[in-house]
Amino acid sequence: MDNSTEKRRLELEKYFDPKGPFAAMRISQMKRAWKQSNRRELNFWENTYLPMLISGIFLTSKHFFYNVTFHILHLAGLYKEIPGAVTYQYPEKPRPLSSRLRTRHRLTKREDGSPRCVACMMCETVCPARCIEITAAEHPDPNIEKYPAEFILDLGKCVYCGFCVEVCPEDAIRMDTQKLNIAEYSRNSMIYNKKRLMDE
Amino acid sequence: MMTDLLIKFGLSAGTLFIMFNIAGLLTWVERKQSAVMQDRIGANRASIFGFKAMGLFHAIADVLKMLSKEEFMPEGANKFLFNLAPYLSVIFALVGFAAIPIGGALIVNGHVIQLQAANLNIALIFIFAMMSMGVYGVVLAGFSSNNNYAFLGGMRGAAQMIAYEITMGAAIMGVIMVFNTLDLQALDVAQGAYMFGGWVPKWGVFVQPLAFFLFLTAATAETKRTPFDLPEGESEIIGYFVEYSGMKFGMFFLADLVETVLVAALMTTLFFGGWQVPYLHPDGFWFPWGGHVAMGNLPVVLLGILSFFIKMAFFIGGLMAVRWTLPRFRYDQLMNLGWKILLPVSLINIAITAIVITLMG
Repeated sequence: MDNSTEKRRLELEKYFDPKGPFAAMRISQMKRAWKQSNRRELNFWENTYLPMLISGIFLTSKHFFYNVTFHILHLAGLYKEIPGAVTYQYPEKPRPLSSRLRTRHRLTKREDGSPRCVACMMCETVCPARCIEITAAEHPDPNIEKYPAEFILDLGKCVYCGFCVEVCPEDAIRMDTQKLNIAEYSRNSMIYNKKRLMDE
Repeated sequence: MMTDLLIKFGLSAGTLFIMFNIAGLLTWVERKQSAVMQDRIGANRASIFGFKAMGLFHAIADVLKMLSKEEFMPEGANKFLFNLAPYLSVIFALVGFAAIPIGGALIVNGHVIQLQAANLNIALIFIFAMMSMGVYGVVLAGFSSNNNYAFLGGMRGAAQMIAYEITMGAAIMGVIMVFNTLDLQALDVAQGAYMFGGWVPKWGVFVQPLAFFLFLTAATAETKRTPFDLPEGESEIIGYFVEYSGMKFGMFFLADLVETVLVAALMTTLFFGGWQVPYLHPDGFWFPWGGHVAMGNLPVVLLGILSFFIKMAFFIGGLMAVRWTLPRFRYDQLMNLGWKILLPVSLINIAITAIVITLMG
């Protein structure tokens, strides 16, 4: 037995070892392959459709009676916390969004209410959709140097990639307003200026 | 003479009114039941002065929408047949109700009124004739639309309905042999007998259980509902009414629901005793364990009507549940099931029934 065969055997053992790191994955893969190769014809009872029909109706009826029970209890004002449906009645009751979800942008503020932005142009540079347009001006405070005289963000162009938030050195722009229903009748009203980004 | 005419008129108007309204209500039931079954809420937006009534107004809103839509007719369509087809569908579905008994014999001032719009002694044959005429609506709609998909749907519908018509007829043959009548009112009266020492009512489902399942399957196919909705097949060919719009489409839709009600009523009448209530005799309850509750004619008849509608509602619910449970058959599966399984089994059922009846004398 030469050295290479022994090496190969050890390598294979690593994957087929039932206690090894990939064992569970390998076994499930093999089971799936086995199932696919052992497809069978339906037996007599399955061919009559009746047992399958009854089990199917049992499943759907289970959902039906479970949900109906809770709908009736809701009418009586009981068990309101257990829903009778998995859907949300959208315009009245918005779906809860994850706090990490990238939603509409906002400009954060200093304690005096002015924007935290220092007009460094990082977000405008990194933006792949080129939807940000900053007009810089000199800030009276020499420690801050610059501030945005105007900060225009075109939501009609924005792709919600979140690069502007990641690149910002001052934590001046965030995407945490939880607002996603931005629909307007004209492209112009999709363009947000500094005031709208700070206040709305 | 005049009184008889008025009674007949009242009965037919009442039956038509009730069945039409049930069919209209079914649009709501279908949407709501499927929604609840699939963990959704379902139609709940239509409102009158802020009252939503669990979406019940959607039925009215749907009808208003359909009435106000454009009635489109494709170029090259056969005008006469195109307009005729939806009427044929609805009328033949509705006429069948004339022979369905919704209650027993009501006695008013010595008059015996059978609660059945038409006391036909061939009621069953009449209903089957009307149901098989329903195929004309499907075929004519598909043929006259000048659309290949509609034509395909119509052909599928014709083949399917003819295939399952035979099974349906053969399935009820057993019931006719057991009760020895074609008159549905007499059939319901005969189902008031009891078997096994008076414990089990002699309903069709207990004397002909196999026929019940055959009839259930064939009748579902006859109404063109899922899993047998190949003539419609929304996701593949849209079907024989693809060119229809407005209220003409609404009529096909209504015909579908009316047929569902008719089939549920037939199943109740043939296999579940129609208006029979277990242990209820014309003079009150006679329980097999020896109790007796005396009742007059009116409460007995009212209980009978109630029981008929409860059974019918159960079967309608069952048909709807089947619709939202099963996927559609493939066309070869449909034909195999109809010709190779259901038809031989129904013929075997007739043979066995005949042998048993002969042996029992």
